[in-house]
Amino acid sequence: MTDIAPRNPTDWKSDVMRRRIARRYGAERRFRLLGLGAVMLSAGFLAFLLISMVGNGIRGFTRTEILVPIDFSTAPMLIDPAVLKGANADQALANAGLPNVTNLAAIAAFGPKGDELLSPNAWLSVRDAIKADPSILSGKKTLSLPAATGIDLAAKSTGSPEAEAAYDKLKQSGSVSTGFNGSFLTASDATDPTQVGIWGAFKGSLLTMLVTLALSFPVGVATALYLEEYAPKAWWTDIIEVSINNLAAVPSIIFGLLGLSIFLNLLDFPRSAALVGGMTLALMTMPVIVIAGRNAIKAVPPSIRDAALGVGASPVQVVFHHVLPLALPGILTGTIIGMARALGETAPLLMIGMRAFIATPPGGVTDPATVLPVQIFLWSDEVSKGFVEKTSAAIIVLLAFLLAMNGLAIYLRNKFEKRW
Amino acid sequence: MLLLGLAVVAWVVARARATRLQTAAPKGAMHSLPSYHGWYVALWALLPACLFLAVWTNVMPGLVTSSVLQSPAAKALPEDDFSRGAILGEARAIAGGNQAAAFNPLAQPLVQPYRDAQSRYATGGVILALILAFAGAAYAFTRMRTDFRARTRVERLVMGALLLASLIAIITTVGIVASLLWESIRFFSMVNPIDFLFGTKWSPQSAALGYGNENAFGAVPLFWGTIFIGAIIAMVVAIPLGLMSAIYLTQYASPNTRKWMKPILEVLAGVPTVVYGYFAALTIAPALRDFAVSIGIHGASSESALAAGLVMGVMIIPFVSSMADDSIAAVPQAMRDGSLAMGATTSETIKRVLIPAALPGVVGGVLLAVSRAIGETMIVVMAAGLAANLTLNPFSSVTTVTTQIVQLLTGDQEFDSAKTLAAFALGLVLFIVTLLLNIVALRVVKKYREAYE
Repeated sequence: MTDIAPRNPTDWKSDVMRRRIARRYGAERRFRLLGLGAVMLSAGFLAFLLISMVGNGIRGFTRTEILVPIDFSTAPMLIDPAVLKGANADQALANAGLPNVTNLAAIAAFGPKGDELLSPNAWLSVRDAIKADPSILSGKKTLSLPAATGIDLAAKSTGSPEAEAAYDKLKQSGSVSTGFNGSFLTASDATDPTQVGIWGAFKGSLLTMLVTLALSFPVGVATALYLEEYAPKAWWTDIIEVSINNLAAVPSIIFGLLGLSIFLNLLDFPRSAALVGGMTLALMTMPVIVIAGRNAIKAVPPSIRDAALGVGASPVQVVFHHVLPLALPGILTGTIIGMARALGETAPLLMIGMRAFIATPPGGVTDPATVLPVQIFLWSDEVSKGFVEKTSAAIIVLLAFLLAMNGLAIYLRNKFEKRW
Repeated sequence: MLLLGLAVVAWVVARARATRLQTAAPKGAMHSLPSYHGWYVALWALLPACLFLAVWTNVMPGLVTSSVLQSPAAKALPEDDFSRGAILGEARAIAGGNQAAAFNPLAQPLVQPYRDAQSRYATGGVILALILAFAGAAYAFTRMRTDFRARTRVERLVMGALLLASLIAIITTVGIVASLLWESIRFFSMVNPIDFLFGTKWSPQSAALGYGNENAFGAVPLFWGTIFIGAIIAMVVAIPLGLMSAIYLTQYASPNTRKWMKPILEVLAGVPTVVYGYFAALTIAPALRDFAVSIGIHGASSESALAAGLVMGVMIIPFVSSMADDSIAAVPQAMRDGSLAMGATTSETIKRVLIPAALPGVVGGVLLAVSRAIGETMIVVMAAGLAANLTLNPFSSVTTVTTQIVQLLTGDQEFDSAKTLAAFALGLVLFIVTLLLNIVALRVVKKYREAYE
C-alpha cells in the first residue's frame, strides 16, 4: 500500500488558475473568430468577384449614342417608300446606300471627321428607324445612333486623348446620350466591340446542351438503374463501377483530348460543331448523372420493391413503375447540376476546335459553333479595351443562367425530397 | 420516320388483338398484358429494319461507286487509283449538291450515273427495310397466343439495353486510355521518354521550326509549374480556409447561419473556371504585380503563378470544406462528448480530439483537391502565362501541363508533328497522376471510415 498524497482541491479562485482560464477562453474566442474569418473571407471573395463582374459588365449592356440630324429629303439615296411595306424591305434598305447617308449626315453635323465618331453599323439604327416610321423619309429627323468604340470608351472610362477630346466636344454640344444596347443580346461575334453580341454563342451553347442532354440523360439513368437494381456481383460490374468513379475524377481537358483523337480524327465528325462538343460533354456529364441517380435510387426504400414484387410485378415492372418515378426528382436534380457544370465548361471545347471566330449563329448541330464560356475566353484575349466590359457582360449572362439552373435544382430537391 | 409509324401501327394492332384474346380467354390464362404483346410486335417490326438500314448506309457508297464504274461514262477515267478517286469524289460531291460545278472535266459526265445509282440503291434500301419490318411484325404477330410469354422477351431486351448503356462507361475509359497511349507512343518514337520526363528545357516552338527534337521537350518545368500552382499555392489558400470554414460551420455556427452560409460557399464551386480565369487575369494579377513592384521584387510579371494559384485555391475551398465536413461528422459523438466532459473547451476538443481523429479523411480530401487543381485548365491558361520557367518566385510567370496542352493543340499544325503529339503525352502523364491521386485518396478515406464503423 502506498500512501495517497493528500490532494488539495484546485483553487479556482487563485490568480494562477484565473489567468489560466482566461487564457483558455481567450484561445477559444480567437479560434472561433478565426473560423468566422475564414467563412467571411470566402464569402467576401465571392462577393468581390460578383461585384467586380457586375460593375464592369453593366456597362456592356449600355452604349453611347450620338444625336445626328439626318435630312432624308436631300440625302443621296434610292428608295421607294412603297417597297417598305413589302416583304423585302430589309433588302431594299440594305441596297439604298444608308451607310453613305449616315456618314454624310455625321460629317455635315460634326465636321470632316464626323463619320469616324459613329459605329460602323450605325446605319442599322437608321434602317430600323425608317422601318418603324417611313414618313421620316420626306423630312429632317434627329436620330440617336451608336457611337464608335473610341467614343464609347471615352464616355465610360478613359479612351485615347483624341477620343476624349472628341467626346468632350460632343458633350458640350449636348448630343450624346446613353441607351440600352439591345444588339448585345441579338448579334453574334464581331471584330469591333460595339457590334458584338452573344446570341450566336448562346445559341451554340443551347444546341450543345441539347446534344449533351439527349445523350447523357438516357445513358446515365440506364446505367444507374442497371448498377443499382440488376447488376450481379461480378468482376465486370466492378470494372464498370471503378471506371465510372474514375471518369468522374478525370480532368475535363482529357475529355477534350479524347474528343479530338476519337471523334475528329478517327470518326471524322465535323470540326467545331455543336454535335461533337455535345458528345464530348455528354461523356463528361454521364458519370455525374450516374452517381446522382444511384444515390436517388438507393434512397427508395426496399419495402416499395418488396410490396410491388409481392403483388406479382416482374423485376422490370418494379423498377419502371415504382422505383424510377420515385427516384426521378433526385435524378433530375443531379442532371441539372451536371448540365450546369457542362454549360460552364471551356477546356474540352477548345480542344475540339470550338474557338473559331463565328459571326453567324449556328443553324444546326453540325454547323461550326462556339459556346458562351469559349466566347468569354476569346473576348478576354482581345487587345481592344472595349472588349473588357463585353466580356464581363457575357459573364453576367452566363452566371445568371447557372444561377437559375442551380436554383431550379434546389427548388426541385426541396419540393420533392421525401424522408422515408 | 416511316418505320416509326409502322412500329406504332404494329403496336396498336397487336395490342388490340391481344386485348381481344384476353377477353376471350378464361381469366388468368393470358400470360402477358396486351401492351407487352404490342411492344413485342413493334420491336420486331423496328429493330431488324433499323439494323438493316444501319448496315445498308455503310455498304451503299461502295455499291454505288462500283455501279458507276460500270457505266459507259466511266470508261474515260484514268487508270491509277489516286486520280480516279479524286474524280469520283468530285462527282459524288456534285451529285450530293455539296458542290456547284466540276473542277475536273471528267467528273461532269459521271454526275448523272451517280445520281441514278444513288437513287436506285436508296429506294432499294428503303423497300428492303420496309419488307423486313413487315416480315418481322408478321412473324411476331403469328406467335401471339394466350400463353405466349411476350413480357419476358420484352424485358430481356430492356435488360440488354440497360447493360449496353452501362458498358459505355467502360468504352469511354478504354477510349481515353487507348487514344492517349496511341498518340503518346507515336510521340515517344520521336522523342526519348527519358528526355521528356527529366529534361529541363521546354521549347516546342524551336522543334517545330526545325531545330530538331532533342532538348526541346523536357517537361520538368511544366511539372514544376503545375505542382507550384496547383499543389502548393492553391493548397496554402484552400486548406486553412476550407478547414476553418468547415470547423466553424459544423461546430460553432447556429443552424440558421449554417443553412445560409453553406450554399453560398458552394456557389464558389459552381462558378465556371473561365470566369475565375478572367477575374484572375483582369483584377488579381495586375494588383499583385503592382504590389510586387512596390515592395521591390524584380521580375514580377503580369501573369504570375501567385495570381493563378490564389484564385484556384479559392475555387477549391468548397471542395476541401465539404470533405473536411464529412470526415469531422464521421468522428463518433462519444469522443467529442468525452472530451467536453473532461472540461476541455470547444476549441481544445476540436484541436486535440476531432482533428487528429478526422485527419486521414481530411488528408484524403486534400489529395482529391490536389488532383482537381492540377487538372484545372482555364485559370492557368488565362492567368499563369506561357513561359516555361523553373523558378521559386511566385510573382514570375510559370506554365503548367494543362496550359501547354491547350497551347500545343490550338494552332493549325498538321496532326503528325511532335509538337501536337506532345500534348497527348502530357495528357497521359496528367491522366496517370490524377488517377493515382484519386486511388490513394479514396483508399485513405475508406480505411479511415472503416476504423470508426
